[in-house]
Amino acid sequence: MTIPVRFGPYGGRYVPETVIPALDELAAAYERLRDDTDFKAELASLLKDFVGRPTPLYRAGRLSEKLGGTTIYLKREDLAHTGAHKINNTVGQLMLAAKMGKARIIAETGAGQHGVATATAAALFGIPCAIYMGEKDIVRQELNVVRMKLLGAEVIPVSSGSRTLKDAMNEAIRDWVTNVENTYYVIGSVAGPAPYPAIVRDLQSVIGREARRQILEAEGRLPTELIACVGGGSNAMGLFAAFLDDGVRMTGVEAAGEGLDTGRHGASIERGERGVLHGSLSYVLQDAYGQILEAHSISAGLDYPGVGPEHSFLHDEGRVRYDSVTDAEALAAFTMLSQTEGIIPALESSHAIAYMVKHSDRFTADDLVIINLSGRGDKDVHQAARALGIMS
Amino acid sequence: MSRLEELFRDRSKKALLMPYITGGYPDLHDCRHVLEAFIAGGADMIELGVPFSDPLADGPTVQASAQQALDAGVTPDDVLALAGEFSGRLPVVLLVYYNNAFSYGSEPGPEQFVAAAAAAGVAGLIVPDLPVDEASEFVDICRGRGTDAILLAAPTSTKERLRLIAGAASGFIYCVSVTGVTGARTALSGQLPEFLDRVRAATDKPLAVGFGVSTPEQAAEVAQLADGVIIGSRLIKMVGDAGDIDVACRAVTKFLQEVNEVLA
Ligand SMILES: Cc1ncc(COP(=O)(O)O)c(C=O)c1O
Repeated sequence: MTIPVRFGPYGGRYVPETVIPALDELAAAYERLRDDTDFKAELASLLKDFVGRPTPLYRAGRLSEKLGGTTIYLKREDLAHTGAHKINNTVGQLMLAAKMGKARIIAETGAGQHGVATATAAALFGIPCAIYMGEKDIVRQELNVVRMKLLGAEVIPVSSGSRTLKDAMNEAIRDWVTNVENTYYVIGSVAGPAPYPAIVRDLQSVIGREARRQILEAEGRLPTELIACVGGGSNAMGLFAAFLDDGVRMTGVEAAGEGLDTGRHGASIERGERGVLHGSLSYVLQDAYGQILEAHSISAGLDYPGVGPEHSFLHDEGRVRYDSVTDAEALAAFTMLSQTEGIIPALESSHAIAYMVKHSDRFTADDLVIINLSGRGDKDVHQAARALGIMS
Repeated sequence: MSRLEELFRDRSKKALLMPYITGGYPDLHDCRHVLEAFIAGGADMIELGVPFSDPLADGPTVQASAQQALDAGVTPDDVLALAGEFSGRLPVVLLVYYNNAFSYGSEPGPEQFVAAAAAAGVAGLIVPDLPVDEASEFVDICRGRGTDAILLAAPTSTKERLRLIAGAASGFIYCVSVTGVTGARTALSGQLPEFLDRVRAATDKPLAVGFGVSTPEQAAEVAQLADGVIIGSRLIKMVGDAGDIDVACRAVTKFLQEVNEVLA
């Protein structure tokens, strides 16, 4: 099967002509390598021994009890190397970059998890790497900035626009347009021009394949609902992909920030319009003239005015439901999971937990829920402590 | 043959001069003076940019000009109106990022923007993030409205892609002089002659070169190889650096006159 360029009307390759041949080259390389026995074996071995997969599917007993008896499992991507699902994608893309003979790696990052995961994989393959990060995110995700530097990456601050993920991605694309002949651009979510949304989904789909096997082993049946947070949408697509043909309900949780009606949120699907951002047609937060608006979320990884094109398609098809929770709800869930299960979640993943907390009365004791715990919260402790008044 | 193609065919100079300014820069009022300075300097056509929030084909100079215009509240309608004021005097082409065209009006899709541009007398549209593979609907709409769809060719474009671009484009082909974003550069790429040879081999349409052309010497080099010269970042910098709009306009006119001499 060829790699999809569009998901229904969404997706495409709305980027300057300069990089189109590089996208063709990437699509051709991926199409050739993804079914190659050696490539698959090398990826599987790295996922096992370097990333630490499979990650556990953990039955969160105390949380289940607290929320009315629905059985809740957490897919523990927080236990993957570097602390989030992002590494699944970067190891695979670095393998592609190495096979394609690229001499330099670039990436954008919001929360810094994708930046850390890219820097990690680049170190593993011995390829120099530069990470673009908005100045606002550099301040709120300081720990990850230090990690990237320790891993040998150059962190390039981005001062344009909202100084967050959107602008980091603009700058990374400009770098790529300039250095496309020797540079591989590692996009961190199921966003960007084709073939990236499909490649990132495929590389993240290991999450859902494992979870499916694990839940069948543990419970002898499929889950009734999957819940994942949605920034660009890669951890959600990674979990959902293996269940799309089953009757399983799926919910993607976007950032409602300070509230959907305040205009300060990151709910691209719930409140966005169709538009083109960063190379693909999808739902986008924009004004009446198509100027992209600043998103807002307490979690840097969800602070993005766009969403991957396949999510827009799944939304329109009615296959996945999209909802949102506020900064305050996410923060409460962050605390609840820490104290109920002894797991400090990333603020991004806290949105998925918060959805379950908020709607627990909708679930029955027969329901079986898998929540994607996309990352751990170490990077967020300063910010959360300030927001919770634990630290000044 | 389109109005732009005729202009290229009937020219008496080696290459046509196409200065660029971001619409509404340095502000909506003074932008008119800059456009007058372009005309006084001998511009053969004007390239006017619709400021976009996320201009990913642009370097720092054009980016900052767009941000300044947006901060002052300049909208695509303002730029269309500005184009309309000048399009009776010389051809105006608009540079618009696809999302501004796609989102314009009540229905998603480029139809309404192209209609508004045509109504403003715009001779052609340049969409830097709409490669030929995505452009078929847009090209058809432009054709229906009698406005040229000016496509970009890059040094990285393959022979096959240049053939596609040549088949779909009208007016002229915008040849990106470097692998990179917009911005003044000290020297032209050494690969420019080879690149333009490859484009020529694919098409009979006029070729204009932009991205990085910033001195009369560079313009002279381009005029040996191509049919049009586009100058943008250098002019925006001149306007920004001058501080005073009259000083800026005098400098712009003088500079363009110098360029025009080498194009004669
Ligand atoms: C832990 C974690 N979860 C989720 C996200 C959001 O990205 P995506 O929606 O692509 O999974 C991020 C992004 O930085 C993240 O670090």
